[in-house]
Amino acid sequence: MIFDNIRRTLLEPLWDEGPNGIFLLFNGLRETVVITAVAIAFGIALGIVISLLRMSRNRLVSGLARAYTEIIRGTPLLVQLLIIYFVVFQAVDLNKTMAAVIAFGLNSGAYISEIIRAGIQAVSPGQMEAARSLGMPFGMAMKEIILPQAVKNILPALGNEFVVLLKETSIVGFIGGNDLMRAGNKIRSITYEATIPLFSTAIVYLVITFTLSQLLIKFERRLHTSD
Amino acid sequence: MIKIENLRKSFGRLDVLKGITEHIAPGEVVSVIGPSGSGKSTFLRCINLLEEPSGGAIYFQGIRINDPAVDINELRRKVGMVFQLFNLFPHKSVLENITVAPLRLKIMGPKEARDKAESLLESVGLRDKIDAYPAQLSGGQKQRVAIARALAMDPVVMLFDEPTSSLDPEMVKEVLDVMKSLATRGMTMIVVTHEMGFAREVSDRVFFMDDGVILENRPPGELFGHPGHPRTKEFLSKVL
Repeated sequence: MIFDNIRRTLLEPLWDEGPNGIFLLFNGLRETVVITAVAIAFGIALGIVISLLRMSRNRLVSGLARAYTEIIRGTPLLVQLLIIYFVVFQAVDLNKTMAAVIAFGLNSGAYISEIIRAGIQAVSPGQMEAARSLGMPFGMAMKEIILPQAVKNILPALGNEFVVLLKETSIVGFIGGNDLMRAGNKIRSITYEATIPLFSTAIVYLVITFTLSQLLIKFERRLHTSD
Repeated sequence: MIKIENLRKSFGRLDVLKGITEHIAPGEVVSVIGPSGSGKSTFLRCINLLEEPSGGAIYFQGIRINDPAVDINELRRKVGMVFQLFNLFPHKSVLENITVAPLRLKIMGPKEARDKAESLLESVGLRDKIDAYPAQLSGGQKQRVAIARALAMDPVVMLFDEPTSSLDPEMVKEVLDVMKSLATRGMTMIVVTHEMGFAREVSDRVFFMDDGVILENRPPGELFGHPGHPRTKEFLSKVL
C-alpha cells in the first residue's frame, strides 16, 4: 500500500509524458534555494545600510530606519509578499522569482539590520574607547577593532536567519511561484494522495535546514577558538 | 604641559565637574584621589576628550584642545590611556594589540613596530607573552600589556584610570611597579587611583577631588600628613 503510494506520487509520471514527483520536488527545491540565497544576499546588503542608518546620530535618519524595521517586523510576511507582487509591481511584468526575492530581501533586511546592530552593540564600549585613545579615527577603529568582534556575534545569528528564511519562502505559492512547497502541494492535488507528497516535502526541508544548522555549529566553534 | 581652566562637564542635568583649574608640568606625576562619584574619572577622560567638556578650556602643549578645529586623533596619539578594565583587543594577540595602532596609522613599519613591541614587553616583563591572546593572560599581565600598548605610540603624557581597581590583590604590585619605573624615567602621568601607597610614594602632587571640584592640591607628604580640608580628613580616615 505505502510502496504503491510512493510509486504513484514520486516515481511514476504524474500525467502522460509528464514529470514524476521527484523531478517536481527537485525543481521546487532549486527555486527555493535560489530565492533564499539571492534574498539573503540582498537582505545582508540592505541590513548593513539600515543598521548604519539606525545607529546614526541624526534623529530623523535613525527614526526612519527604526520605522522601516518596525513596519516589516510588525506585519505578516505573506501580506508583504502579496503587496509587492500584486500592488507594487502590478503594472510591471515582473517574474515571480524576482518579486519573491525582492519581498523576502526587504523583509530579511529588517531582521538582519537588527542582528548587525545587536552584534556591534554587544562589543564592549571600552573597545572603541581604547582604539580611539590610541589615535585611531572612528572608521579605522570600527574596521580594525569593532567589526571583527561583531562578526563573531553576527555570523551565527545570520546563519539562523538563513534557515528561517529558507522555510519562510514556502509561501511563494501564493503568488504562483514554483518552490518546493508548491511542488509538494501540486503532487498532492494531482494524485489525490496527501501523506507521501507532504511528508516528502517536509523531509527535504528538514534535510536542508538540519545540514545548514550543523555547518553553523561547526563554524561557530571555529570562530570561538581565540576566546 | 597641560593647563586646565574652569573645566566643566555635565551629563544632562548632572554636573560632574564644577570648574577645575589646574596646571600639570612636564615630568610631573599627579595622583587624583577622592570618593567614588567625585568626578575623578570624568576629569581624566576630558583630558583626551573621551568626554567632551561642557565648558572651560584644556590646553595641551599650548594648544586649546576642546576646539572643533583640533585634530582629535593627533592629540590622542600623544596622550596614552590605561583603563580600569584593560580594554585589550580580545581578537588580537599581544603583539597585534601593541602594533595595530602604530601600523594602521602608518607611524611605523612592520619591523620597527615589532622591535618596539618586543622592547616594551621586555620592560613590562612579558616578553614571553608576545604571541599569547588576552584571554590567556592574568589581570595583572593584561594591564601591563595595556600599558605597553599605550606606550607604543610614544605618548608624552600617560593617563591611568584606576589601573589596579579590577585586579586581584596579589597582582596590584606588578602593575604599580611598572608604573613606578615609568615615573622614574620621567613620564608625565596623571593617575586616578585608590592606591594610597602609590599616591604617597610616587606622585609629586596629589589632587583630592570631591563633588566635582579639586579641594586640595598638594605634595603627598603634606596632604597625607596634614590634610587641610575636613572632607579630605574624612576620606583619608576611611581609606587609610
